Order: sequence, then C-alpha cells, then structure tokens
Amino acid sequence: MTASPLGDYQPGTSVFHRLSVGAKLLGLLALSVLAVAFRGTATTSGLLVVAIGCCVVAGVRLARAARALRGVLVAMSLLAAYQTWQRGAEHAFVVVGALIGLLLLATVFTTTTSVERMVDAITRWLGPLRRFGVNPELVALAFSLMIRGIPLTLAIAAETREAARARGLERSPRAYLTPLVIRVVAHARATGEALHARGLGDD
Amino acid sequence: MTRIELDRVVVRAPTPGGPVPEVTVLRETTLELTERRVALIGPNGSGKSTLARLVNGLVEPASGRVRVDGLDVASKGREVRRRVGFVFTDPSAQLVMPTVVEDIALSLRHQVRGREARAEAAREVLASYGLADLADRSVHTLSGGQRQLLALAGVLATDPSILVADEPTTLLDLRNARMIGDLLLGLPQQLVLATHDLDLAVRCDRALLVDDGAVVADGAPDEVVAHYRATVG
Repeated sequence: MTASPLGDYQPGTSVFHRLSVGAKLLGLLALSVLAVAFRGTATTSGLLVVAIGCCVVAGVRLARAARALRGVLVAMSLLAAYQTWQRGAEHAFVVVGALIGLLLLATVFTTTTSVERMVDAITRWLGPLRRFGVNPELVALAFSLMIRGIPLTLAIAAETREAARARGLERSPRAYLTPLVIRVVAHARATGEALHARGLGDD
Repeated sequence: MTRIELDRVVVRAPTPGGPVPEVTVLRETTLELTERRVALIGPNGSGKSTLARLVNGLVEPASGRVRVDGLDVASKGREVRRRVGFVFTDPSAQLVMPTVVEDIALSLRHQVRGREARAEAAREVLASYGLADLADRSVHTLSGGQRQLLALAGVLATDPSILVADEPTTLLDLRNARMIGDLLLGLPQQLVLATHDLDLAVRCDRALLVDDGAVVADGAPDEVVAHYRATVG
C-alpha cells in the first residue's frame, strides 16, 4: 500500500486531539518562525525535544513517525551532506534537525486532526468571504478531495509502474507517464461525476 | 411508487477527433418507469448506462425531457438529485473523504447539523450496514466489497426515493456481488439497476434490453432476459 503523509488521522483523546485546528496550526506556525528567527544548536535541540514530546503525548505511532521521516530521508540526507561539506556538521544539524522537528510536529497535526475538522475549520475561516462570492463549503470540499487524491494518485502511479514493468517497459518514461496522466484525469472526471450525483456543488 | 418519465429523449455525445462531430448514444426513447425494481440489461456500449445516468442529470439529453415525480431533471436538477441516489460501478470515485465515517458524514451534511451530531449519525448508519468496525479506516484500505457497500450506505444515508445503480456488482467477487445484489433488491426505494448480472435482472419487476442506443425489448424480466440470451446466441 502506498502511504500518504496526509489524511492519516488516528482517533484519540490526547490534548492535541482536543485542541482546535486553529490553535494547532498557530502553534506550528509559531514554532516554525522561532526555529528560523533564533536559528542555532540550542533552538534545534529544543525543537526536536518538543517535537518528540508532542509525538509521545499525541500517541503518534512509531511506525507512523518513521514513515513520515522515510518520505524525506533522501532529501534530508543530501541536504545534511551538502551543509556539512559547505558549513560544517553543526550547521547541518541546525538546518536538518529543525526540518525534522517541524516535520514531526506536522505529523502530530495530521495524526490528531480529522479531515472533517479541517474542513469545518476552513469553512468557518472562509465564512466572511461569502459576501465576495466565495463558497466556503466548496473550497473545503476541494481541500478534502486534494487530501483524498494523494493516496489515490500514488496508488495509480504504483499500478502503472507495475504494468509498465510487466510489459518490459520499465525504462520508458512514456509507457509510465502517459497511462498515469490519462488514468489520473479519468479518475478526476469520474470523481466529478460522482460529486455531481451526490448533489455536491448543488448547494 | 415514484414515476420516472422519459419523453422522446435523445442523447448525443461529442467525438473529438472522430470522423463525425458527435454520435447518437441513445436514440429517441419514450418510457415510463413506475415499477419498484427495473433492470437495464444489454451489451457494453449499448446505452444502458446513459439511460441510467439520465435519471439524475449526469447525462443531459440533446432533445426531449426527463422527469422524476413530475420534476424536470434539466431545470430542477438539485431537487431531483436529492431524490435520486446513484451508485457507480467503481466506488473509488464515489468515496471522496479519507475515512469511512467522514464519507458518510459528508452525505449527511444536509440532514444533520453540527460535526459531533453528524459523526454520531454517520456511525449509526455504518452500524446498520455492519460497517461499524471500519469507521475510522481509510477508504483507500477497504476491499472492493466493503467499498461498494460503503458507497451504497453513503447514498442510502440521504434517504433517496429512487436509487440508480450502474453495474454495481461488476467489479465484485461472487460473494460480494450476491451480498450487494440482495441488498439492492431488498430496498424499499424504487431501483433502476443497469447490470450484466442476468440472475439479478431476472429478480426485478421489469426489464429493459438496450442495444445500439435503443430499447429493443421491454417487459417481464424472464422474457426479456431470454430474448437477450437468444440474441447473443
């Protein structure tokens, strides 16, 4: 199964599950700003401790956290190697450590926030824009569709890659990308049709 | 029972890059469907899905009118879609929220106000279809049968008076196909069922054989199915 970094909500009763979406996002934003504004070994170390602590309190499963980190492992390794080469190991720790800390905090957010709560929050936040012709429900639905679309697209990509491999065409980008694009577009059309059938967009 | 009326309906579809700009996918058709369970059978590409999709406005006629309970589908689409539920062949496209309970809650957005109350109601719906254990699962991880059952539960949660199902058992194994088929035929709602499953079709109250964009046989399911079998040879 292809994993998605988003939409992987774990039900629970931790303090993070009970916090409002806005409070969690503001907290994440504040820590991100702090990590950049007060860049240094102490800040990164503190951020990592806070992030790990939040994971423990939120009940984020070890496998879930590892999966989130695995997705950026290559990029982080390359960044760490580059920073070490250019500016030394300490600077590499400051940069990469801060990014890993923020990624863990983002994982806490997605793990403790159901998509429905995110959708409700977006709907509420966009409410004042209704007078300018914005439909908050539709924007929120588009957001949830985007989240739902990530694992689906990854699954289609995996199937398409397997199909290309089965035909001995694993080295052909055309054999992989053409059916991938066609299937993703076809799925988007089918989803649109299903939304129409469910009366979504009639509101 | 609800009445579905097609009055001289013609459906055309564009053919980009084809030798002609558009083709007729449903020739002039006039029908009145009042039976509780109506089966649409016929070969692939015959027009039975088009016929089914007309009922809730997924397909718009080039000419003619479609009415549901007297409501014109073209001008009263919103009201019609609240009465007509639609189940697709592939439920993956129909399930739009990440988790099972969230998808049902989305269906209930008009009936139940408030997130907590909606989630509660959604869990009750899931329990009534034996899906309670799957409530917090990602829809992406469900089996084909579970997905189709969830899609059906999501549609029925809105309490439509008509259910249109477009080949709902085609992608399912025998056990799940039978389970979904039995569930559909046992519903109190009027059912319009496009299907290749002739055993299912024969259990309906009326069957229509669609071939090459036209209804070529219409009547008692056993007779229409026998006619279809004879035509195929």
